[in-house]
Order: sequence, then structure tokens, then C-alpha cells
Amino acid sequence: MFEAIAFYLFAFLTISMFYIAVTTQQALYALSAIAAGMLFISAFFFILGADFLGAVQIIVYSGAVMALYAFGMMFFDTTREVKEKHGNSMIVLGLSVLVAFLVVVIFAVPLVSGNITALYPIVEGAGNTQEVGMVLFTKYLVPFEVAAIMLLVAMVAGIVLAGKKMDLSLTLMNEAQIRDMRDEENKKVLS
Amino acid sequence: MDTAYLIETIIKVVVVLLIFSALAGIGTYFERKVLAFMQRRLGPMNVGPFGLLQVAADGIKLFTKEDIIPTNVVAKVFKLAPVITAATAFMAAAAIPFLPEFTLFGYTVHPIVADINIGILYILGIMGVGLYGPLLGGMASANKFSLLSAARGAAVFISYEVVTGLSILAPIMMVGSLSLIDFNNYQAGGVGDWIIWSQPVAFVLFWIAAFAETGRTPFHLIANDHEIIDGFGTEYSGMRWGLFFIGEYANMFFISFVIPLIFLGGYGDGSLLGALGLLGKMAFFFFFFLWTRAAWPDVRPDQLMWLCWKVLMPLAVVNIVITGLVMMF
Repeated sequence: MFEAIAFYLFAFLTISMFYIAVTTQQALYALSAIAAGMLFISAFFFILGADFLGAVQIIVYSGAVMALYAFGMMFFDTTREVKEKHGNSMIVLGLSVLVAFLVVVIFAVPLVSGNITALYPIVEGAGNTQEVGMVLFTKYLVPFEVAAIMLLVAMVAGIVLAGKKMDLSLTLMNEAQIRDMRDEENKKVLS
Repeated sequence: MDTAYLIETIIKVVVVLLIFSALAGIGTYFERKVLAFMQRRLGPMNVGPFGLLQVAADGIKLFTKEDIIPTNVVAKVFKLAPVITAATAFMAAAAIPFLPEFTLFGYTVHPIVADINIGILYILGIMGVGLYGPLLGGMASANKFSLLSAARGAAVFISYEVVTGLSILAPIMMVGSLSLIDFNNYQAGGVGDWIIWSQPVAFVLFWIAAFAETGRTPFHLIANDHEIIDGFGTEYSGMRWGLFFIGEYANMFFISFVIPLIFLGGYGDGSLLGALGLLGKMAFFFFFFLWTRAAWPDVRPDQLMWLCWKVLMPLAVVNIVITGLVMMF
């Protein structure tokens, strides 16, 4: 009974938070509602007994949404309302109801037909964290490593794009060129 | 889930809430006294014996002050921000074993609200969420100093979560569990078994990051009085400002419990001496927060970022790699 109460409570809270995030015109409300919604989603993991995933959900999304806040801070005055252009709201409503219906159907059909089985059943005696590790480093090892490489690529790209004078290489320049470059910089500082 | 468990949990929650909100108040008294003695002053003296009732006087003042919501602020978020700070601080306490289990009138009490098997991750996550309080308060305030402090809050949050997580990874690899009780049992053999002896680097890194997470003095940039007034708290008054304060002090107490539990043997074998030992270690780490405030200047924001990304994070990664190699061979 407690699980049912908790499920419906958090389902209601999550949906209402994301509803606020979509409908409000105040950037700060939208961001805070997203943060709260992401936190409430972690409750479902805890209800299902997947403690590790629940905690990871909190850590990852609280950090990710924090980055969104930083963008919000850089781009708007977050204490003012954002004026949005509204098209025909009926189309938006119709499409979102249709999509929601489709998503429910996609997940409900295997349940109804009853042929859903766990490909990787729970290992007896292993804790939550260990089970995640077992699946991650056997079945899903390749996607896991590919994701790591993609993150590495993104990090290098970010550093190259943000760094200054990244097109120059000190190892390929001789002493005189480097001295000229330093002099140039010093001139700029003095002038 | 039986009713006895439910009632027990509710009682534990209430006890933790009451004790630590009171301790947060007394913590301010200690801070003022310790700072005063270190600076050769007297500190609070006039209200009650040794100024002890100053805490009550401050409480009355905060509760009875007018709760001002300035114009131009985003009112709902502005009102919510202090509650987030205080609430998340206490939520983190749910996974901390404050004392070893003991028997009271023939009933075994486990002084931990929820013994989840990912306690450390949960505490780190919730403490991270706690930084939403200053961030939201600063962004909703319609004040430039508050906005600056919010920006610093976001930077500190994103950077020092990395150091905390990485530094604690090496002890987690050794213990093989994320539960603080397992950590304690791993070190139950006595002083020689403490993780600090095998992981001194992780201990120092975690300790440094704890200062950033709680926003204490060497990294007190989020509300640095001498350059950005009170930062996110500038526009707040009365008990809303007080909630920020309670959150900060509760966080300090909780992190002072977590450091000994992870690195310094916790409550040991669970005897009375071990329990007192945990309280003593907690008191030392809390005192150290105050000591640093009296002794050290603040670093600049760029120095803070430099320290995090160029010193602490590489050290943490090297520490993990070495730990992994040692464990493998």
C-alpha cells in the first residue's frame, strides 16, 4: 500500500513539475521545476529497489540542471518574464496527447501479451551496485566504452574551441618566433 | 512494512531534526566564542552566563523580524530557496549512522534513519542539491551581488562535486561497498585499521572539498562579506535568512560526522568508548571549521578553480589509479 501511495504521489508531482516547466514564462520557474522533476523521478528508482540508479539520477541531473542554470544566468535576466511566440496551441495539445498515448501503448503491449522476460535476471546475493556493474561490464561493455570516448572527444573539442591561440604550437616554432609572439603580447598589455 | 518500524522511523526523524536544529543554533555560539578567543576578544558575554542565552536571543530576533519580500524578486523561488538549503541538509542526515546500535529498555535502536546500501552516494547527491538553495536565492533576488554569488555557487558546485566523488572513490574500491555502516565495520579492528593510513591523499582531498561543499572560510566565496555583501543572503530577512544559516551549520555537523565515518574508524566496535570517540572526532572536525575561519584568508574565485581542476582533481585521479594497481597486484 505504501508503494502505491508513493508511486501515485510522485507520479503526480513529476508530471505537474514538467507541466510547469513547459507552460511557465518565467525562466527561473522552468529551471527549478525541471530540477524538482528530475529529483522526483529518482523516487521511482527507490520505490523499485534500484537504490544505486536513484542516487545516480540525483547526482547526475542535479549537476546537469545546474549547468542549465548557468546558461540561464548568462543569457537572460532571470527575474523578468520571457515573451514567447504562441502558435496554434491546439496543434501542440493534440500532438502531445497523441505522443503520450503512443508511448503508453509501446510500453503496455509487451506487458499485456505477457511475453516479457528478464534477459539478465537478478544475481542472488549481489547488491544493487554490484548488479549494475556486472551488466555494465559484460553485456554493455562496448556501449559504455564508446560513451566514454564520446565524452572525451567532447571535452577535447571544448578545450580546443575555448582555448586561445590553439592553432599555434610552441614546439614547432623557433626561439625568434616565440620571442616575437611574447613581445606582441607585451605591447598589447602596455598600450 | 510494519507499524513498529514506521513509528520508530518517525521518532528517529523527529529526534534528528530537533537535535541538529538546536545544535545549529549552539554552533553559532561556539563559532562566535572560538573566533573571539582566537582574536583575543570576549565574544557574546551579556545575555545569560557566558553569553549562553545569546542563541535564544538571536532565535527570538530572527523569528519576530518582518519577513520582507522585495519588489522585483521572483517571489515563489525567493521564498523557496532557504527551505531547500535547510531541508536538503537534514535529508542528507537520513543515511548517516550517528551512533552504534544500542539497547534502550530492551529494544534495539539503530541510530540511522534509513540504512540504504548506497549511503555515501545518497549523502553526496543530497549535499550537492543543497547548493540549489544559494543558487536559487541568488538568482531570484534581483540584486547584482546576489547574482554574482549564485554564479560562484554554480561554479563551486560543478567543480567540487568532482573532487569529492573522485577522492572518495579510492576508499570505496577498498571497502567494496557504499554503505557507511560497512565502512565502519571495515575499520572496526582499531586504530591500525583506519582507512586514513592507507588513503591519506583521499582523506586530505575529501576534507578540502568538504570546505567547498559547506562554503566555509577558505572557500567562503558564495557569501563573501567583504566583496559581495552577504551574497545570496543580501535580500533576505528574518527567519528565511535564518534557514540558510541552519542549513549551513547542519551541513557542517553532518560532514563532520561523515569524514570520521569514512576515514577515521567511525564508532569502531560499537562500544560506549567508540561512540564517544565518534562524537569526539565530530567535535574536532567541527572545531577545525571554526579554526580555519579564524586563521586563514579567503582564496580568490580563480584560485579556487585553479586549485580544483589543476591540483586536486589530478591528484584524486592519480590516487585512484595507484589504489587500483595496488589492489590488482
